[in-house]
Amino acid sequence: MSFFTDIWQAVGPTSLTLWLAALVAGTVIFAFTVGRLFRYGPARILFLAPAFLLFGVFVLYPIGGSAWMSLHDVRADRIICSDGREIAELDDGERCRRVQKMEFVGLKNYQRFFAKTPRNIKRLRKEFGKLVSFQYLNPTLTEQEREKARPSYPRLTDPAEALLNNVIWLILFQIAIPIGLALAVLLNQNHFVTRLMKPMFFFPFVLSPTVIAFLFQFVYNTSDSSPLLWFFEWVGWGKDGILGTNGWSNIGIIIAAWYPQIAYCVIIYLAGLTAINAELIEAGKLDGAAGITLFQKIVMPQLWPATFICVVVTTIGALRSFDLVHVMTVGGQKSEVLARLMYEVGFGENGGNYGYGATISVILFLIMLVFIIFFVTNMIRQADD
Amino acid sequence: MYPSPEHTWRPGARLFYWSCAIAVTLVWLTPIMLLLLTALKSNVQINTEQGAKFTLPSPLMPEGFMTILGSSSFWTSIVYSFMVVLPVVCIAVGFATVAGYVLAKHKFPGRTWLFAIFVAGNFVPFQVLTFPVLRMMQDLGFGDWSPYNSLWALIIFHGAFQTGFCVFFMRNFIAALPSELIEAARMEGANEFQVFSKIILPLLRPALAALGLLIFTFVWNDFYWSLVLTQGDLMLVPTQLVNLARGQWQNQWNVMAGGSIIVALPPLVFFFFLQRQFVAGLTLGAQKG
Repeated sequence: MSFFTDIWQAVGPTSLTLWLAALVAGTVIFAFTVGRLFRYGPARILFLAPAFLLFGVFVLYPIGGSAWMSLHDVRADRIICSDGREIAELDDGERCRRVQKMEFVGLKNYQRFFAKTPRNIKRLRKEFGKLVSFQYLNPTLTEQEREKARPSYPRLTDPAEALLNNVIWLILFQIAIPIGLALAVLLNQNHFVTRLMKPMFFFPFVLSPTVIAFLFQFVYNTSDSSPLLWFFEWVGWGKDGILGTNGWSNIGIIIAAWYPQIAYCVIIYLAGLTAINAELIEAGKLDGAAGITLFQKIVMPQLWPATFICVVVTTIGALRSFDLVHVMTVGGQKSEVLARLMYEVGFGENGGNYGYGATISVILFLIMLVFIIFFVTNMIRQADD
Repeated sequence: MYPSPEHTWRPGARLFYWSCAIAVTLVWLTPIMLLLLTALKSNVQINTEQGAKFTLPSPLMPEGFMTILGSSSFWTSIVYSFMVVLPVVCIAVGFATVAGYVLAKHKFPGRTWLFAIFVAGNFVPFQVLTFPVLRMMQDLGFGDWSPYNSLWALIIFHGAFQTGFCVFFMRNFIAALPSELIEAARMEGANEFQVFSKIILPLLRPALAALGLLIFTFVWNDFYWSLVLTQGDLMLVPTQLVNLARGQWQNQWNVMAGGSIIVALPPLVFFFFLQRQFVAGLTLGAQKG
């Protein structure tokens, strides 16, 4: 018998593999039994099943899995067998599949996330008031008073800092859209020079975020021969540069992220501009609309689908931001964002806390859910038309 | 056409337009120029007083390219990247095409919701999936083998995640095809599999090319998942490049610039040669909403 158990241990599928195999087999059987009751039933089910099963198992289910995991204490180094036995209980030579042990702790991880975030409104106003300081721009102040009013990054816990930075991302990243629109209007000509210029504005979209990060590290570098050193000196960051200054590093990264995002918006808006109804424009001109009015009242409404898709993609991009932060500052200089904090908690140097990492990811998802619901209802409405 | 063609403008306006256009293009291309110039200088040149500025490399020193191309781990990661990207493109595009056909051309209750699920899942910040996917990859498998820490983990996950976008894309493309063709084929007695392979598939060729290119670019450029799902030297190119930049070639800017250009090259080549398909692929979603 031990011969067969050995073989089973060597080549046998794990329980999860068996479940998935059963799911696939079940779908095929379902298609040819219950499916037969409907017209085109088997074909419909068999056509939809591969995409839906793959997407469901590896994308939809893990969303719930994250929520479930966030209620547990899961550590990278606390390992048990996937069938529930402890590693120490195993017989000699017996093997098992190793996964992390999950201990139910309720909302502890969420408490940890929100612990020490300023909840006092007065304190919040004081902390966030430091972000923008109009006093600092007041020219009548003395040098000392100005220095006191210098905008600074609020003192916050890591999660609160990441949350704040994500909000800043969400707001500032949108600026890529008007810039993209302006460039698209500039490029929408049939001259052969503009035709040559268009791909120059498109291509940053296909660059890897890693490449974008390196690109802007060169631009932002602070060596003696840096091209922007004069600017850094002028603003007062000196040798720290934009990436080395608390609070501003986040904005430097966002500007770097604009580069491919503007390119994307240019592509979308140019397509929108070519699809514009020329008769409406002519009619508008006959009615005396010109310049800003023409643009605002006649062109912009027709560009609404393009604007919508740009806002969607930009919002998602702002919440997904990880690569640039991870490469450019590794979350230092107050540039941490939720996605990177989650990575740090799970896989960083003092990391290994998967449960807490899952908690952060669930919070990220909940923020996104607000937007997802809005976007998807909008899209369904359009698809139904 | 908006704005009106520039040759109909007053001469002053034309002059203003062209000076604006050229200035904007120059500013836009500045970072890329800096990257190219850095890649062509030797490290000694970069560290001299004017080295990191916009000075022409003299003499031309493709030292950075040479060093990065001499690195075996960089070459291995390029091979790994292709080994992951090509199957992912086949899986995601293939599965999504059949699913997109049913979602576009069959009417059944709940099809809007099914489509909405694919679209919504596509919007999820993918970091949310990290820990459960990691656990599943460790748990899945046969005997001692699990896809975790192998290229299979990346193929499976990317294949699944990109399926969402592909379904969105394909459903919108197929919905725009005329239904009369399908009706006619069904009258002739073709079953659904024949309708799909004989009628729909030949019409999809441009869409397949566009979608394949997009997915290739998305997966090739991915940095996050090979950080999470693999350990050690089993990294795809972008991740390996960052790894090398943090270790072996710290502060060797010409090497990193050269590496960046090589990483960017495959998508860029596709982009410049097949620009129309690329742009068509990206804007399909934009026009259909």
